Amino acid sequence: MTADSTAPVPLVEMRNMNVSFGGVHAVDDVTMDLYAGEIHALLGGNGAGKSTLIKTLSGAQKPDSGQIYIDGHPVAITSPRDAKALGIETIYQTLALADNIDAPGNVFLGRELTTRWGTLNDTAMEDATRKVMKRLNPNFLNFKTAVNSLSGGQRQSVAIAKAVHFNARVLIMDEPTAALGPAETEQVRALIRQLKQEGIGIIMISHDIHDVFDLADRITVMLQGRKVGTVEKADVTMDEVLAMIIIGKLPEEVTQSELADLRG
Amino acid sequence: MQVAEQPTSAPEVPRGRRGWLGSVRDALRSLLRDTEIDTRLAGMLGALAVIWVGFHIMSGGTFLTPRNLWNLSVQTATVAIMATGMVLIIVSRNIDLSVGSMLGVVGMSMALVQAEVLPGVIGFDHPATWIIAVIAGLVLGAAIGGFQGFIIAYVGVPSFIVTLGGLLVWRGMAWALASGRTIAPMDSTFQLLGGGSRGRIGGPASWVVAGVACLGIVWLILSGRRQRRKFGFRLRPVWAEVTLGVVGCLALLAAVAVINSYPMPDALARQYAEVRGIPWPEGGLRIPLGIANPVLIAIGVALIMTFIATRRRFGRYVFAIGGNPEAAELGGIKTRMTVLKTFTLMGILVGIAAAVQTARLNAATSGLGQLSELYVIAAAVIGGTSLTGGVGTVSGAVLGALVMQSLQSGMVLMGVDAPLQDIVVGIVLVMAVAIDTIYRRRARNR
Repeated sequence: MTADSTAPVPLVEMRNMNVSFGGVHAVDDVTMDLYAGEIHALLGGNGAGKSTLIKTLSGAQKPDSGQIYIDGHPVAITSPRDAKALGIETIYQTLALADNIDAPGNVFLGRELTTRWGTLNDTAMEDATRKVMKRLNPNFLNFKTAVNSLSGGQRQSVAIAKAVHFNARVLIMDEPTAALGPAETEQVRALIRQLKQEGIGIIMISHDIHDVFDLADRITVMLQGRKVGTVEKADVTMDEVLAMIIIGKLPEEVTQSELADLRG
Repeated sequence: MQVAEQPTSAPEVPRGRRGWLGSVRDALRSLLRDTEIDTRLAGMLGALAVIWVGFHIMSGGTFLTPRNLWNLSVQTATVAIMATGMVLIIVSRNIDLSVGSMLGVVGMSMALVQAEVLPGVIGFDHPATWIIAVIAGLVLGAAIGGFQGFIIAYVGVPSFIVTLGGLLVWRGMAWALASGRTIAPMDSTFQLLGGGSRGRIGGPASWVVAGVACLGIVWLILSGRRQRRKFGFRLRPVWAEVTLGVVGCLALLAAVAVINSYPMPDALARQYAEVRGIPWPEGGLRIPLGIANPVLIAIGVALIMTFIATRRRFGRYVFAIGGNPEAAELGGIKTRMTVLKTFTLMGILVGIAAAVQTARLNAATSGLGQLSELYVIAAAVIGGTSLTGGVGTVSGAVLGALVMQSLQSGMVLMGVDAPLQDIVVGIVLVMAVAIDTIYRRRARNR
């Protein structure tokens, strides 16, 4: 896909990534890319290796082999700090919030603003958080309470604010709507579209095929650690994507009877 | 008289009396909200007031005397110093069971350095002796704490096990260092760290300390307002700020007034007068001794630890690790280094406490600090530190230490037997945590 020299350089390219735990090949020679302003969905059943692949990009998992390129340049990502320095932000399924700390503290966790005396500048952090929340979720007003007292949607807002406040270029979202009610899901979807408009490249892991068809531009499917394939959303049906997820066959390989079985 | 007011005067001063807000309860609640006083802290102050007044009545008026309160403050110091560090350890979901034994081995080392090593090198009672001994103790404390922290953070052995081992190892070391002998006496300057009749800063200096502290309170309030105004946040009502400042300063001044009303014993005062050529008057001299050094050290430690816990990144990271270790790791925090640092800091605090303790006893024994790990942990927990991690305050732990010590010293005054003392302290510990747990559950469900 990127062999043509006139094609734009992808924002992110993960080439031939491999991760194994003991004898299990969690990620087996997977290659994936992402362009600016694109939403690229990553699908697969439980244990397909999606989260592990993503963690190699966010710095939470060291790959056994493989190379990551940002703007065509090879980079080494060995920690979450490295990934953030490259503009790669991750919103984990668990949200990765420190429950006992307030929203500004979480948004700036690990990147606290300090005064010239080296002390935490809580007022400046609250101010910045208020500004980013005004853009993401104007209804959000709990800036002083620990986030464990917030609703699921509010917590999701904090997690997203944490990612986008630092001018992310690449956003990785692991199940962004899994824990949310219908209204909150719609709110988060709108937010994802807005971020795409702003030119951020988004890799989205989701179990929700409706989310994927609503938002994604391209879809990559993994099965048992291997990549089944990457397709343009516009070219496929939901059934064809399900066939990729469940039996690991590309739309051109799958037969009508197999599709019928899936519909079962 | 002014003594009794000291602890209770904190929250409930102006509005309830005026009664224009209806019930006192509503008034109190809005007072707490407007002044943003920590309700838990206010509750603990209330409990402390009940304990003090209760003992005062039951002991026939001997508890709330300058002399007893002065002793109480000195006795609280070592546990309070260590409890400030224990808060961070427990907040990060760890525990340190070895602090009592560490205190033993560090205290013994400091005693040996000044009583047996240094006299042969730089001579007896050399002016530098005390500082060398203290530095040696702090370095040893940091090394032991850091070593335990390393095993916990980088090798991955649970802190309960590492420090349980430490409890045995360091106690054994304390014995082995001097083959079980008692090392005494301490260097004469070193002794001042422990208080005693010479280790105090005197009346005028105590007033200066109170004055500086009052200025500090005013500065904190003003700079807080300035910050909030700068970013256009809601300001606390002016009356609330003024009340906080006035109450805080009055409490401080009252405390110093109490301390300064405990005079030098006659024999010492006579010496003092002779040295300065003051004629000895009829009724004797009433020279205030002022704040004891250990108390001053404990207050300084508590302020620094509060600063570290709430105003520094390190403190924020400790709390983040306690709240969600995975989130802290993913946030790019060096969690292992942070845990190692908390144990190192704990070791340094044990070093300080060991200096105070050996100086106060003017001796080191191999049993020094026995069981104090339990008092330190109890103080932190009574002070609102949650053993599940993520929650706790330094000021709470200091108050917790004061509560524990008040119970003990009150029972001693009343002549309660030692076994019964232990029973009461144990019951109070469990009850305090039970009340706290219920309070938290209610607060969450609201």
